[in-house]
Amino acid sequence: MLHPMPLQRHEGHAVVQIRGLTCGYDKREVLSDVTLDIMEGDFVGLLGPSGSGKTTLLRTILGAVDIFQGQVVVEGVPTSQQRTKVGYVPQLETIDWNFPVTVQEVVMMGRTMDKRFFPWYSREDRMLAAEMMERLGISELANRHIRELSGGQQQRVFLARALVGSRRILLLDEPTSGVDIKTRDDVMHVLHELNHQGITIIMTTHEINAVAVHLPWIVCLNGRVLAEGPPTEVITSEILKLTYGADMPVIRYQGMTLVAESPHAYGRHAEEPEIQKLEAAHTNGSDQGTDHGSGNGHGHGHPHDHDHDQLEELEHKPVQPNPVQDQEQEVEHV
Amino acid sequence: MFEPFEYQFFVRGIIAATLVGGLCGLIGVYIILRRMAYIGHGLSHAVLGGAVASYVMSLNFFVGASIWGFLCAQLITLTTRKRKINADAAIGVITTASFALGIVLISRYKSFTQDFDAALFGNILGVSNGDLLAISVVVVAASLILFVAYKQFLFATFDVEVAKFYGVPTGWIETLFSIVLAGTIVVSMQVLGVLLIAGATVIPPIVARLLTDSFSRMLLLSSTLGAFCGFAGIYVSFYIDVSSGASVVLVEAVLFAAVMAYSNMKSKFSVAVKGPPKAPAL
Repeated sequence: MLHPMPLQRHEGHAVVQIRGLTCGYDKREVLSDVTLDIMEGDFVGLLGPSGSGKTTLLRTILGAVDIFQGQVVVEGVPTSQQRTKVGYVPQLETIDWNFPVTVQEVVMMGRTMDKRFFPWYSREDRMLAAEMMERLGISELANRHIRELSGGQQQRVFLARALVGSRRILLLDEPTSGVDIKTRDDVMHVLHELNHQGITIIMTTHEINAVAVHLPWIVCLNGRVLAEGPPTEVITSEILKLTYGADMPVIRYQGMTLVAESPHAYGRHAEEPEIQKLEAAHTNGSDQGTDHGSGNGHGHGHPHDHDHDQLEELEHKPVQPNPVQDQEQEVEHV
Repeated sequence: MFEPFEYQFFVRGIIAATLVGGLCGLIGVYIILRRMAYIGHGLSHAVLGGAVASYVMSLNFFVGASIWGFLCAQLITLTTRKRKINADAAIGVITTASFALGIVLISRYKSFTQDFDAALFGNILGVSNGDLLAISVVVVAASLILFVAYKQFLFATFDVEVAKFYGVPTGWIETLFSIVLAGTIVVSMQVLGVLLIAGATVIPPIVARLLTDSFSRMLLLSSTLGAFCGFAGIYVSFYIDVSSGASVVLVEAVLFAAVMAYSNMKSKFSVAVKGPPKAPAL
């Protein structure tokens, strides 16, 4: 169901520039020394455990977090000078589904501050909202209450609200959280389509296998940027261990990247997982590196990888076999 | 049938009750959707402190009580921004403290000899031309504020956090809401009484919510129902000789029961005919 051709990472001008950012709430530091460029047309996934600063990074781009040091520039304007014109889609769990509001009313909220001194939504507002609902396939639901919609339709409503104000950058906080597989695929399909239409997308996610590995670019966070790059380069046991603090074996299988998540092993030395038994039967060689046979072929590292001592070590030294790395091997179907 | 309208006091009273009913119904929509149902109850108690303080300081009742009510509403909003304290707890702390302060002032200054029954339960006989003017000013001002900033109030009520990200000046919206709320409570005290204001701010919006899923229609319905109940309540109170506030709230309660019964019957009938509602496939 996912869009068959995810866009490659774009070269060109950065629409979001984050330089040496240290930020947080009430003098409590959440993110430190973050430097990141989001290019026009990018589709970026922020990956990290709860409390790692994913949502804080989104809120910083929105200009809603105290910046202690550094700067965030969105479309050429520092967030400290002017509120950014960026579309934001909150987690669906935070929505009050009993609120008396129709699909059209929600979509038009995105036009609230256009013609702000005009009490009602103008004819232009209604026209733009109708166009956006048409574009996202929800125009026939305009007069329905938001509770009456399916999960995918609900997500489309909030996407329409985020985009109706002519916004070219879209921030989404866990858009696939708490939804079934069909809805998740539907949401990701819509996002890929929007990205193909030129919308820059930054989203947080906890779902590595179902979501993150299908994105063109991933940023791993845990208080700071630990790594960024295409999934084929970033989704490795070493980086995931740095990010989540747990052993998470990575399997490359027929062009797919699969992560065996083992939360029961957090904080302990992981015991030999079942997956090794599978590898014993299917292993073909012992390629310790990234899976070059799949993904989008974006082969360039990023300065952030050099920021981190451990990652630097990984980049410049041949990776030594260990029980975790042994699991990250090319596996062929027998 | 038209006999009560021969009395000047009754005409003043029924106009006041209709305006106050509509105003409470209008502001009540925002109160209910912000999950602050008891703010009307708490704030009307808090305003009693302001009423006594303005008497002691020889200030105009409306001015003193309105400022006091606004400060209490702002304090409640500021307190709930601390994420550890919910709105209901903040309302409980601030309004009871303000009420207690009023009682202390009454005990200290024995010369305060206002009619407490009227303050607690409302007294339509006491509505003067000055009161009617004050009610009219607040109704016009509140309607104007809520009309001009309709879009901003809607977004901030639906999701205050996200509204901020979209550039809605939520701080100003909160302040305007506190002003409108304080004004509503102060002018409603004379007609409905401290103890019954909560009913007038809660019942009409709930009835409207049962009848519509649209925010704009809920505003219209709630105001209209509030105004109707204000009118009907005072009219009934003339014949059965009961306090005006109690009569208005009882009419609203009867309306709520009727609409609730209608709503239940409608959903049962709908399930029996069409089966349980399903979200359409995409």
